Amino acid sequence: MAKPKVAFYWCASCGGCEEAVVDLNEDILKVVEVVDIALWPVALDFKKKHVEAWKPGEVTVAFINGAVRTSEQEEWVKLLRSKCPMVIAFGSCAHLGGIPGLSNGTTRERTLAAKYFESPTVDNPTRLLPQRLTQVNGYALELPEFSASVRCLNQVIEVDYYLPGCPPTPEWIMEACRMIITGHLPAKGSVIGLEKSLCDECPRKESKPEVLKISAFRRVADSTPDPEKCFLAEGYICMGPATRSGCGERCIRGNMPCRGCFGPPTESLDIGTKFLSAIGSLLDADTEEKSAELAATLVDPLGTFYRFSLPSSILKNRLG
Amino acid sequence: MSDAKFEPKIVGFLCQWCSYTGADLAGTSRLQYPPTLRTIRVMCSGRVDPTFVVKAFAEGADGVLIAGCHPGDCHYNEGNYRAMRRYPLLLELLDQFGIERERVRLEWVSASEGEKFAGVVNDMTARIKALGPLNWKERSALYSGVA
Ligand code: SF4
Ligand code: FES
Repeated sequence: MAKPKVAFYWCASCGGCEEAVVDLNEDILKVVEVVDIALWPVALDFKKKHVEAWKPGEVTVAFINGAVRTSEQEEWVKLLRSKCPMVIAFGSCAHLGGIPGLSNGTTRERTLAAKYFESPTVDNPTRLLPQRLTQVNGYALELPEFSASVRCLNQVIEVDYYLPGCPPTPEWIMEACRMIITGHLPAKGSVIGLEKSLCDECPRKESKPEVLKISAFRRVADSTPDPEKCFLAEGYICMGPATRSGCGERCIRGNMPCRGCFGPPTESLDIGTKFLSAIGSLLDADTEEKSAELAATLVDPLGTFYRFSLPSSILKNRLG
Repeated sequence: MSDAKFEPKIVGFLCQWCSYTGADLAGTSRLQYPPTLRTIRVMCSGRVDPTFVVKAFAEGADGVLIAGCHPGDCHYNEGNYRAMRRYPLLLELLDQFGIERERVRLEWVSASEGEKFAGVVNDMTARIKALGPLNWKERSALYSGVA
């Protein structure tokens, strides 16, 4: 039997998801033993015309990482969707919007200004911005459109499965490959991970007190957390209570609180407000003034509560 | 931006023990307040998950009122304290989304405070009228062009 063909593609992402595939180490050999890689822009030279020439179904699975911000990314994911019977959103950005999705906390104009006018390493006295069309020596040069906001993959095309994480862990990537090869697939639309919250799996859960009160917020930038204790009990924002487990608790073991890259468990509608609700209820405040005082010391609630998930949240983006 | 005919849509989550009864009293006492409020009766103000609030805005509300028993009077002891602790964080969050603070209000209304209830709805309606419609769906970039 011919080996099934798979495609890897990247959109608005940092490259970490590509790294995660490389991090499979020797296991990557096991993968290429059973599948052929038909497209992988980061490592192999295929062009769009090659993909356009694929017969529908010829390439079984597209693993797509990154959020969708440009018209080029939109074209590519639609092309891959039209060719591949299965599309897997690979990593937090494709799954929920990810770090690039934080740009939905401001406007397109502000994003461009920050990048092209205000960045300390940019010298742009004539305030040039990228243009869709530029004439150079009689040639028309074209750039993709930079859209109004960031979308996660299922806001652009239909997605069959999701591999969560920033980036997905080798264990779950191998598990996804195993599912595809053996045909033991979960229900369409499933997130490949565990259904419990991270706190259930956390090595520090014993130190999470029954009654938890937060009297001050602390940040890892200013102080070093106790390497044994529940972060939340110490006032460090830890997204564990609202986040899907299965990540292997690598951040926790590295003395970093959870930031929520695995996203919410399936039943949760909106990770940010869920978590806000949990944190808010824990504040050590018995008056409106005290509650407001404490709330004001939490730096960037939107960026903290929706660090990986803003485009997929209920509100999705800031109003212009 | 506010046109004279704009009637705000305010979703009111009222705790059934105090504020809902207070709203009832406002009605039976024939106190005047505008028909801007869509009431949802909840067991306790502590039951109002902030998720409900963002969902209301995303689906067309111009304002959200959360009303519960006065501190100390909650029938589940702590519920209204929970609501009170979450509220300022929610305001900060909504502010970052570009939703004005005046669109969300937390009030303590007892069963006997029909007059206070009518006053709150009147005042909130006036303030939101001045702000104009929220129109989340129309104004949010991500509601258009989504496959
Ligand atoms: S809050 Fe964080 S540190 Fe505490 S038990 Fe949950 S995941 Fe572990
Ligand atoms: S029962 Fe009224 S606020 Fe809790």
